[in-house]
Order: sequence, then structure tokens, then C-alpha cells
Amino acid sequence: MADNTLLNVEELKVYFYTYAGVVKAVDGVSFDVRRGEVFSIVGETGSGKSVTSRALTRLIPSPGRIVGGRILFEGKNLLEMPEEELRKIRGKDIAYIFQDPSSSLDPLFTSGYQIAETMTVHATADWKNAWKRVIEILKDVAMPDPHKRAKSYPHELSGGMKQRVVIGISVSNKPKLIIADEPTTALDVSVQAQILKLLLDLRKKYDTTVMLITHNLGVVAEVSDRVLVMYAGRVAEIADVYSLFGEPLHPYTIGLLKAVPNPLKRIERIEPIPGSVPDMINVPSGCRFHPRCPKAMDICKREQPPLVQIRGGRSVACWLYAEKNS
Amino acid sequence: MAELKYYLVRRMITFIPTVLGVLVLVFIISHMIPADPARLWAGGEKAKPEVVEAIRKKYHLDEPYHIQFMLYLNDLLKGDWGKSPVTKRSVFEDIANYFPATLELALVSSILLLIMGIPLGIVSALKRDTIIDHIVRIVALIGVSMPVFWLAIMLQWVFYYTLNILPATGRGVAPQVSYTGLYLLDSILCGDFNAFTANLSHIILPAFTLSFIGIGVIARITRGAILDVLSADFVEFSIAKGLTKLQLYKHILKNALIPVITVFGLQFGALLSGAVITETVFSWPGIGSYTVKAINSLDFPAIMGSTLIIALIYIITNLIVDIFYAVIDPRIRF
Repeated sequence: MADNTLLNVEELKVYFYTYAGVVKAVDGVSFDVRRGEVFSIVGETGSGKSVTSRALTRLIPSPGRIVGGRILFEGKNLLEMPEEELRKIRGKDIAYIFQDPSSSLDPLFTSGYQIAETMTVHATADWKNAWKRVIEILKDVAMPDPHKRAKSYPHELSGGMKQRVVIGISVSNKPKLIIADEPTTALDVSVQAQILKLLLDLRKKYDTTVMLITHNLGVVAEVSDRVLVMYAGRVAEIADVYSLFGEPLHPYTIGLLKAVPNPLKRIERIEPIPGSVPDMINVPSGCRFHPRCPKAMDICKREQPPLVQIRGGRSVACWLYAEKNS
Repeated sequence: MAELKYYLVRRMITFIPTVLGVLVLVFIISHMIPADPARLWAGGEKAKPEVVEAIRKKYHLDEPYHIQFMLYLNDLLKGDWGKSPVTKRSVFEDIANYFPATLELALVSSILLLIMGIPLGIVSALKRDTIIDHIVRIVALIGVSMPVFWLAIMLQWVFYYTLNILPATGRGVAPQVSYTGLYLLDSILCGDFNAFTANLSHIILPAFTLSFIGIGVIARITRGAILDVLSADFVEFSIAKGLTKLQLYKHILKNALIPVITVFGLQFGALLSGAVITETVFSWPGIGSYTVKAINSLDFPAIMGSTLIIALIYIITNLIVDIFYAVIDPRIRF
């Protein structure tokens, strides 16, 4: 396992110090990402999946702070790295794709310039070669008429084209890890599938690893190798995609799969999960899911369940599967 | 840039109603003054009735207002800005003499405005809610609320009367050859270093006075614009791309410049109108003091002429601002 681990996150904690109180957006999250896989993080709005992904390269704006944990990327702890060294990793080894392509691009610069500058800043190309590469990249992301589009400003492009440019920026330095934070959510339904397919094609072509952040279980089932389910800032369950959809373990995952049409299994009727996402300032004691959990036990109210490994390389944080050793 | 050419032509056409509107307004306001200009021009209370009558005839003051206005427009279209009944000189030549002084003052104040206002705004945005930010805020407040004439007199008192390091009035030394009418530029072109320093020391106080109202405004606008841009997603994405601080600022400043340019265009207009008071206090021989003199002697052609030139400058400035927009922001197409 050690060799093909690209990223190892341990006990990551990100808190936001707001006037209303401390929001524990991410509270002790651990997981591994292996080279070459598509690793998905699913969760509801506010589950901390986006914050987790941005914390990986310390892109947490004030009043947020990474208060604990360790992020090993190829053996180096990104949380202890000097800012300048980390800057050289951002956009080169770890590239991002953000949710809304319309606001990810600077409106005053051409799409070609914005791709080229990502390469020149990391010295993977000088300005002369960068422009040649821009055309190649735009061809790679299946941009129609790349020569013309390289000179287009963002407002002259459609949403799908803008996301292609953003993806082009992210692959321009042949990164080892691409973190795609809801890359299709802001797009038209008809374009979503195209963009997703493009992302997967590019993963093969550029031989890279993709971390996909989404709330869309259909997308997860379609593209992922392994899946992390997050709930209220904590890991609920980590499993390979077939096990997760075939035999979900955590009651939250079970509830989640009942709440949407399951692509792998016929379900009789759609059932919502009772209750709502907890207030992140006064989180429930013990297991954060216990007020909504149909199988809640006494211990769930008192103690946080540990993330335990069980068969087939799966992990789950639930007292149903843990040794009650305290 | 083909669109830009059409746009410029269209803008030139819209010039006409704007200028006409300004002329009509100034004509009405100046002629509504309950005084007898003919008597004033003839020499006052003791003037002979025949002389007053002759002047009234000569300058068509006995005609109805709309006829007078038409006669003025007619001359203007032929390029004749009229002759001052008071000084007996051509208004156009007078303005050509006085205008460069005002232009020089306005240009130097704009430079001061920008080199002080924009950095202050940047600093207060980056040091948001710190003591520096509060100081800039207070300076801005003082700038907009302080009367220009008072600031002018205080500066004269401190730098001329008390410290005696800067002259209080006048424009300085005219360079030997006048190329542009701008003393600073001409003295450089003549290679006359002494004249340059003399002229520079004369322009500092009036230019600073004039720019001080605007510095705070520009600083505040710059601050707001930068904070706005900083919260934009593309800034976060640019950080995620691994851009250096320098490249990041290139993106931020270019985006923040758009509102700053708008306000600067308006401020330039304020500089021209503020010049009337500033020039009077500092005895600066510009269009401002010329206008004040013209108003005091009911010198209609001179009043109309100086208003016309200020309106034209205002319009041209706004046009330049619009062109700047198009250059900076590709989303603006005409």
C-alpha cells in the first residue's frame, strides 16, 4: 500500500472562527489517495468536503484555520511546508478545478494567456513555447477552433467551454493530482456528461490521479474507483465503489442511497433521511449522525465512533462495526 | 478595433447636443442677472445715455434673448468666439492665453491625485481595518469636507508666511520659447533648469490644494475595488494555480482599475471647476481667474467662451475614460 499512496491525510482539522462561534467544518478526517485512481468525496452541502479539498494545499481563507493533522503528499507534509515551496506545488503537482467556471477565470485576460501563465510561472514552458502548448491543450480538452478560442476572453465562451479552459489550466503542467471540486455542478445537464468524460480521458492521457468532490451519487457511481462519504465534517465510510453501492455499511450511506435512485440496485421507493444537517457550531455529541440514525444506540450519543478497517480494505466509523472497548 | 472607430464617430455626434445644452444653460443663467451690462460696459452709473444706447445696439442687447443666442451660435459656427466688450480683446485669444495655465495645473494635480490616491487605497485594502486603514479613511473624510479656499489659505500661511519655503502666488517664470504653453514642459524643452525649479515651486501649493479633495475619494474607491476583486473566485483560483504574488497583483490591480478610472474621470472635471477658487486664491493666471473676472464685469462672450472650453474638456476627458475602459475591459464593446 505504501508505494502507490500518493496522498495521505491524517486527522485533518479545519475550524472557522466566526463571531457566532467555532465552526468545526472538518474535524479529524483521515484518508489515502492512491496513484492513478479516481477518489471521490461525497457529502451534503456543509459536510466539509470542499473545505477538505482546499485544505490540502492550505487554500483556507480567513477566518478559517487548519488547526491540526498531517497531509503527506509523496511523503512531504504540506502543512509544515514554507509558503513559497507550497506555491510551487500548487498548479504544478496538485491542480484544482473549481465549481463555477464563470468566476474561476479572470474576465480581463484571454483564455490562452491564463493557460500559458500557469505554465510559465512553474517554468514548464517559456512564453514562446507556452503558446504552442496552449493550442495543444485546447485540442486535448476538445475545444472547438482552438486557435480562435485561445484568443477569446472568458465572456466570449459558453459555460462548458470555460470549464474546458479551466480543465486545460489544471492539466497544463501534467499534475500528479487533480482536485475537481464539483466540476459539473454549474453546467447545463447536457454538458455535464461531456465534461466528466473529458476529465476521465485526460486522466488516462496525462497519467494522473483525480480527486472528485461531488454531491451527485450518480456521478460517483459512474466514475469513481473509491469513495469517501463525509457527514458533518467527519468521515462516515470509505469503500470501493462497488462495495459502497452494493453493500453500504454506515447508516448514513444506507439512508443516502435510499434517498436517491440507485444506479446499481433497484429500490422500491425513495425515502428521505429524517431530520436535517446539524448545526456545525453546536454539533451533536458522540456520533454526529446519531439524532438522525435509525439504529442509534446509547454509546452513539456519548462517544465518537473510531474509523475502523474492516474486510476488503473498507473503513467505517460506526459503533455497529466497532469494538466497544471503552 | 473597428467598433471603436464607429463608437468615436457616434460619440462625436452626441457631443453636439451636450455642448449646445451647456451653452443654452449658461446663456440663460448669465443673462438672467438683474443688471444692465451695457451701462457697465460703457463705464458705469455716469455713462452717457447715447454711449449706452450705442453699445446696446452694437452688441445686439436690444434684441430678444433667442435672437441674441442665435447670433452668438452663428458666430461660433464660423469660428468666432466673440470679442470682449470690456477688454476689447478676442475671447478665443484670451482663452488660448489663459487655458494652458489651467491645463498645467489640472495635469499636475491629477498626477498628484493618482500617485497619492491609488497607493493609499492599495495599502488600506491590504491592511484592512488596521490603524493605517483608519488613517486613510480620516484623510479621505477631511479631504472631501474641507473647503478648498480654506485649505489654500492655510497652506499659504504655513509654507509661505511661516516657513517661507514656497511662493504663495503666481505662476513663476515664463520660459524663453513657448512650445506648448505649459511652463514646466516648455522650460524642460528649453533646457532652462532654473525656470523649471521656479515653476515647480510655484505649482506645488495650488496643485496640492486642488488634488487634496480627490485623494481621499480615489483612495477609498481603490480600496473598495481591490477588496471586491479579492473576494472574486478567480483570485482563489489564481492562488490555486500557484501564481506568484507579483502575477496575482497584476490580475487584481487590472480588475480594480475599472471603477478607479470612472471616478478619476469625474474627479478631473472637479479639478477643472475647483480651479476657479484655487486659481483665485493663488493668483494663478488660468481660465478660472479669467472666468471670475469675466463674471464680475458681466463679460458675456468671455463667460460663454470659458464655459464652452471647460465643457469641451469635460466631454473629452470622459471620452478618454471610455476609450481606456475598452482597452482594459474586453467585455465593453461599443
